[in-house]
Amino acid sequence: MDAGGESEPTPMNERTKVERTSDRDVVVTRTIDAPARLVFEAWTNAELFRRWWVPRSYGLNLLSCELDVRVGGRYRLVFRHEDSTMEFFGTYLEVTPHSRLVWTNDEGDEGQTVTTVTFEESAGGTLLVVHDRYPSKEAVDLGSTGAMPEVLDQLDELLASMG
Amino acid sequence: MVQFTPAQLDASFAAISDATRRGILERLARADASITDLARRFRMTLTGIKKHVRVLERAGLVTTEKVGRVRTCRLGPGQLDGALAWIDRHRQLWAERFDELDVVVAELKRKEQTNGRRRGK
Repeated sequence: MDAGGESEPTPMNERTKVERTSDRDVVVTRTIDAPARLVFEAWTNAELFRRWWVPRSYGLNLLSCELDVRVGGRYRLVFRHEDSTMEFFGTYLEVTPHSRLVWTNDEGDEGQTVTTVTFEESAGGTLLVVHDRYPSKEAVDLGSTGAMPEVLDQLDELLASMG
Repeated sequence: MVQFTPAQLDASFAAISDATRRGILERLARADASITDLARRFRMTLTGIKKHVRVLERAGLVTTEKVGRVRTCRLGPGQLDGALAWIDRHRQLWAERFDELDVVVAELKRKEQTNGRRRGK
């Protein structure tokens, strides 16, 4: 990473790190101040999950959130967006309590994105690593998470044009 | 937004996959800076900063100009948008999610402690 080998001062506010590790892979890391079993619960209990998954600034209304967290189980999130709804859905491929979750994102037209989340406990905290593997380089830019703000930009434009 | 060739976009992503280089871009987004300014700001040697600046230059994210003894760095025209904007948006999304997750998890922790105390009685 650091070709020069010098120490890299990390700004204090950079707790959430995002790296594009290849043209198809995006890795997000963050340490949460709690044991892995509690963090895992917040990722697998639908009532808890829906409280944090959708950023408030997106202004999306989460209509329903169903998580059938077991191998082969499906999940489905439905959002209200003005007069229409958006859905995100897929299947859990791996479920290892307190340490690993793997699921597919099936809603994209570009093919399946596979998300792997690992929970690594150390010194009472949990290092979360969220790895998205997109089906293609092109799909990264159209990725569900990446596309959402653009949808909102479009909405802003629409609202502005309506005066 | 400026149109990119895939090769350009890849070079951009490689360039900004490093925390120091992202810091340099953020710094230059606010104002042009000399290599010396950047070295001081990031507490690095001149050689170290020059290496990072070269990577950013190759990706077209930064341009430099030497006037007298001072090399001034500024953001490359428009090139920043595609790659950095994407990463930045993605980071903002996750930072917001994780901040909320912190709240949810802290609540679970408190509940567990309360229940633990009750059970202990």
